[in-house]
Amino acid sequence: MSTTVLPRVNYLNVRTTVASWLLTKDHKRIGVLYMIVVALAFFLGSIFAAGVRIELTTPAGDFVSADTYNRLFTMHAVFMVFFVLIPVVPAILGNFAMPLMIGAKDVAFPTLNLMSWYIFVIGFLFTIAALVLGGVDTGWTFYTPYSSNVSASNVLLAGLGVFITGFSSILTGLNFMVTIHRMRAPGMTWFRLPLFVWALYATSLVMILGTPVVAITLFMVVLERAFGFGIFDPRLGGDPVLFQHLFWFYSHPAVYIMILPPMGVISEVVACFSRKNLFGYSFVAFSSLAIAVFGFLVWAHHLFVAGISPYSAMIFSFLSFAVAIPSAVKTFNWTATLYQGAIWWRAPLMWVFGFIGLFLVGGLTGLFLASLGLDVHLHDTYFVVAHFHYIMVGGAIMGFFAGLHYWWPKMTGRLYSNALATSAAVLVFVGFNLTFGPQFILGYLGMPRRYHAYPDEFQVLNVLSSAGASILAAGYTLIACYLLYSLWKGEEAGANPWLATGLEWKTESPPSPHNFEETPIVNEGAYEYSKREIKVA
Amino acid sequence: MPDGIAAHADPHGHAHHPALQHHFQTLDQQHEAATLGMWVFLVTEVMFFGGLLTAYLLYRVWYPEAWSEGSLDLNIALGGFNTVVLIASSLTMALAVRSSQIGAQRATVGWLLATMALGLTFLGVKVIEYAEKFELHHVPGPNFVYEGPHGRQVEIFFSLYFGLTGLHALHMIVGVCLLSVITFMASRRRFSPAWYTPVEVSGLYWHFVDIVWIFLFPLLYLVDRAHQFA
Ligand SMILES: [Cu+2]
Repeated sequence: MSTTVLPRVNYLNVRTTVASWLLTKDHKRIGVLYMIVVALAFFLGSIFAAGVRIELTTPAGDFVSADTYNRLFTMHAVFMVFFVLIPVVPAILGNFAMPLMIGAKDVAFPTLNLMSWYIFVIGFLFTIAALVLGGVDTGWTFYTPYSSNVSASNVLLAGLGVFITGFSSILTGLNFMVTIHRMRAPGMTWFRLPLFVWALYATSLVMILGTPVVAITLFMVVLERAFGFGIFDPRLGGDPVLFQHLFWFYSHPAVYIMILPPMGVISEVVACFSRKNLFGYSFVAFSSLAIAVFGFLVWAHHLFVAGISPYSAMIFSFLSFAVAIPSAVKTFNWTATLYQGAIWWRAPLMWVFGFIGLFLVGGLTGLFLASLGLDVHLHDTYFVVAHFHYIMVGGAIMGFFAGLHYWWPKMTGRLYSNALATSAAVLVFVGFNLTFGPQFILGYLGMPRRYHAYPDEFQVLNVLSSAGASILAAGYTLIACYLLYSLWKGEEAGANPWLATGLEWKTESPPSPHNFEETPIVNEGAYEYSKREIKVA
Repeated sequence: MPDGIAAHADPHGHAHHPALQHHFQTLDQQHEAATLGMWVFLVTEVMFFGGLLTAYLLYRVWYPEAWSEGSLDLNIALGGFNTVVLIASSLTMALAVRSSQIGAQRATVGWLLATMALGLTFLGVKVIEYAEKFELHHVPGPNFVYEGPHGRQVEIFFSLYFGLTGLHALHMIVGVCLLSVITFMASRRRFSPAWYTPVEVSGLYWHFVDIVWIFLFPLLYLVDRAHQFA
């Protein structure tokens, strides 16, 4: 479909020296830079997950010692949470696509954007240093007083790593918020914004209001560990539960940093591959904001068994149920968009189906945990592990892959194999369910999390889970293979391979360094698919 | 904001303001982006200090006696002096912004220098105060000594005192560095009534750091002074 004459100047080939990448202020290149570091972190995190799954194949704690096991699951979570899940969609896809989608030449503060990447890398290096020196054993939650007064592992380095990385997230949120306010193309009103941009706006809100709190909280832990200050130290009368409050004040909303941007991706992809206007646009847009706001009022559901007052527990339980409403609004609207759509069966949509299914399970099991009585039984069991993996991997990572497969032709100018991409989606979906499905049952049966040994009767389900993890690994490897292959041998994508409506599809693939030759002027909503002739293969 | 100050050679051949960056359409848009960016940044700062202040609030409610003892131990004369210094620096900063808006180049430089001098005075006094605490072994940690009925909780008070004022001092140091860059630019006549955004944005930051101190001073120094002066 493309008649592009090669070679043509685009953001990838305009300059090719290493320095031109390391000093770039181009939001598209910065997105690619994030992708490289996040991929590395994902690889590291997966290695630790593999260690955990190997240990849990047999009931005896025979593969690694209990102490090593503590470090394995902690490092798995630290890398996956702070260096994969939080940046994966906003920093990679958001950086790459958002300015294009609003018709801007760049984000509002390009230098700051590059600085955010460097801060991210420095935080990553600190965490790597913690790892090389023996790792951390506190769990990713760094609970005091174990983290501040007791643990002999490298809490200081890892804590600093996470603290530093937090500023990358804060500054990215700030940059996105100002960009969305001030950089929109003429005619791009708030209610013509693509829903991915709305989702990023809501995410920025959480990054701006939540991340500083976890940063200062880790700063206090660092003060305790490094200088012997006492803020959470029970020996002085300090309150370790205060740490939990402050930590979860960020870390519950952090789940929305992870899941809101993928939800935005889903809205884009669902509309495109149903060839329909998105059902209930403004409801989906405002549900993002509602999730961001309500998300700040539910943190104490992580403390139901930490001895908080039953009255506040009741209120937090109620609010945790309430936050399910905007999530359900989104899910119903996506389903309604698919309903009677002219479904175009391409790979990005497969990931969307995966997302909707897994997010549904993850969301509904969250309601089990929000119930006060049930939580006493399920707290700190594999039920919790399964629940948040359904949200974070089943939701956020599936959503990321939906977006990556959607925008890959735009990022690289190349098409990947649709057949392989579809099989990878199926493989990941099956592998994921096999890994984490059994863990719901294990948790219900009472298997606690964070132990390297368990009673014999749990072995069958654990073997299933480990088997699923290897299928999952195969799925992820397959993705890496065909995407990298497409860079080399992929068919040329052309400007708009999905016949999509967004502004990012009106410029070439890959886009020129300045995004648009002429500033685009917008005169219609984001998803006017019904006005368009549908010519799909 | 480093983005606000980079001039560029115009590739299109028509006249742009030298401060206008290529990804903005107009200086106005650039100005609005920079000021909004700083306001949003200040919101993150409120949340940042907010975490420590939450801890402060909780323990103050739990341990009022320790708070009273610890607070009485702080040097109210030096703290009060510093408060006056910072309020004065807010005035000179506001005058610097005003001067740059009306194009009074030399006055801008002068007021900026005055602001920096006041900021450095504050930091100098802070060093004296910290040294005093150090000698008295009131710095929390293994060497902390406090004779009194609530010594252990007083250590929490001092942990928060050093956490809060240390963080504030760090912000002051950043502010002075920021102002030295702005002063240099002002001395090179980079600002005009059409383009004074960097001065204004630095001013926002400076006032914020002052306001933080306006909260810290009563919260830390004036917990239980009433009967002292009664
Ligand atoms: Cu939560």
